[in-house]
Amino acid sequence: MVELAQVATKTKAWACYDCGKCTATCPISRIGGAYSPRRHVLATNLRQQEEVSRNGTVYACLTCSLCDQRCPAEVGYTQLVQKLRELSFREGTEPECPHGGALQSVMRMMAKGGLQQDRLNWLTDDLKTEPEKGEVFYWTGCTMYYDAFFSEFEAASLEGTKAAIRLMNKLGVAPVVSANERCCGHDLLWNGDRKNFEALARQNVKLVAESGAELLVISCAECLRTWKVDYAPLFDGKPPRMVHITEFLVEHLPELELQPNGRRRATFQDPCRLGRHLGIYDPPRKALTAVPGIELAEMSRSGPRAMCCAGGTWSNCDRFAKQIQVGRLREARATGAEVLVTACPKCQIHFRCAMKDPNLKGEIEIEMRDVAEVVAEGLSR
Amino acid sequence: MKAVRTKPRPKRTPPKVPANWNPNIVVFACNWCSYAGADTAGVSRIQHQPHFRMIRVMCSGRIQPGFVLRAFERGADGVLVSGCHFGDCHYISGNERAVEQFEKTKNVVTLLGLEEARIRLEWISAAEGARFAQVINEFTDQVRKLGPSPLAGNGRAKE
Ligand code: SF4
Ligand code: SF4
Ligand code: FES
Repeated sequence: MVELAQVATKTKAWACYDCGKCTATCPISRIGGAYSPRRHVLATNLRQQEEVSRNGTVYACLTCSLCDQRCPAEVGYTQLVQKLRELSFREGTEPECPHGGALQSVMRMMAKGGLQQDRLNWLTDDLKTEPEKGEVFYWTGCTMYYDAFFSEFEAASLEGTKAAIRLMNKLGVAPVVSANERCCGHDLLWNGDRKNFEALARQNVKLVAESGAELLVISCAECLRTWKVDYAPLFDGKPPRMVHITEFLVEHLPELELQPNGRRRATFQDPCRLGRHLGIYDPPRKALTAVPGIELAEMSRSGPRAMCCAGGTWSNCDRFAKQIQVGRLREARATGAEVLVTACPKCQIHFRCAMKDPNLKGEIEIEMRDVAEVVAEGLSR
Repeated sequence: MKAVRTKPRPKRTPPKVPANWNPNIVVFACNWCSYAGADTAGVSRIQHQPHFRMIRVMCSGRIQPGFVLRAFERGADGVLVSGCHFGDCHYISGNERAVEQFEKTKNVVTLLGLEEARIRLEWISAAEGARFAQVINEFTDQVRKLGPSPLAGNGRAKE
């Protein structure tokens, strides 16, 4: 009760005047899911904890933040749902992970500690990095785990990571890439497991602080949001400056001396963490179009209106998610772009999965790349 | 393209194996072959080391990485995945799927820095009681040599 009251204050849920715009906007509700963000806001205001945790509807939200943008009363529904999940988790509810909880287990093992991960076996000598200390820290995220785990989708998350390092090298930066990095804990947090999230966060904040880095460059949209927003209360002293890889690149475009890379038409999927959560829309577009010859073809819903990949937190893969993905891929194809570029490994995983549908393949298949990959293709060799 | 490793594998100082220490092993067994194989071992009174818990599943094809990873998360020192021999799977090709899943699991387990020898995949038929005992003994010894998992003591499975 007390907690719901606090949540209502924090997220401004109290200001809700029941207009229903959030539910009308919500991609899940629109597609027919029996889910209504408005009901959760209402239940919070009425302090109905059971209504909130009931049959796991609190896990149906994609946390895409689209409703936040539309709410006339400025209710922070995404923040609300994060809190509600924490409360539900404490009561013993967990989302049903479509991957059997494998990734959550990996995160919890990292949180527990004691492991010496072997996570850098892809790091070849042509990529110049520092093992521990340096001015710039490059955050690799869980890309190597995704490639190992999602092998059937030919997930190539690491390609984006390698490309980012190559680009930084070109700018004369050999970033710290640490073997002791742990998962940022994004998914645990959004699954409601704050305890393990904080264990991870503390270790990671310490790791970067000890590296002496003043600049933290991150490729994954989710890691970036987690570092910038959710780690904020955990910093001791001055945090490093945190930027997305494309923000970093945009600061140094001329020095990259980009050449045409043979690509002509690209479209950009705004990851919800990068776009609506952090307001970073232009840098990836600027970086992309800095490659001579590349023209950006926007999808009908882009920027703040972009549709989510429907799979943010390893907790909501279902037929509704599939429908959203297929719809989004049709939009991408309709632009006539030859490549769908994004800045979040999960967008790639989820869209690549949707493209496997043998009956739809012909209509929705499109090449997918991380933005750093496409830009790095423009480096002269 | 496969990355060529140029950096040495990070070394974890192996923990001292405590005297008289016995590992905590989780065995996944399919209902139709390997579980029945364990039964055969029991009915035939074949002795083997007892430091494992068995979890029966309908088919080895069900054993996805999440199962094995959860076992490690909860403190298992080793995980054995077992099913029917190729061609004998009650559901025709479940064990082929088990191989794919096991490969994936192995890749994730090694990324985490856990020794590859902590997991094993074996085919045991319902008639192979002696083989079941042998696999259990071998695997138990193999894990015993590695010592406790760095995550041991994490879960509920302790005596
Ligand atoms: S859009 Fe805002 S004000 Fe309207 S029902 Fe939703 S939370 Fe309430
Ligand atoms: S965050 Fe997205 S999925 Fe969740 S309620 Fe709002 S619009 Fe719907
Ligand atoms: S039933 Fe034994 S492996 Fe499928």
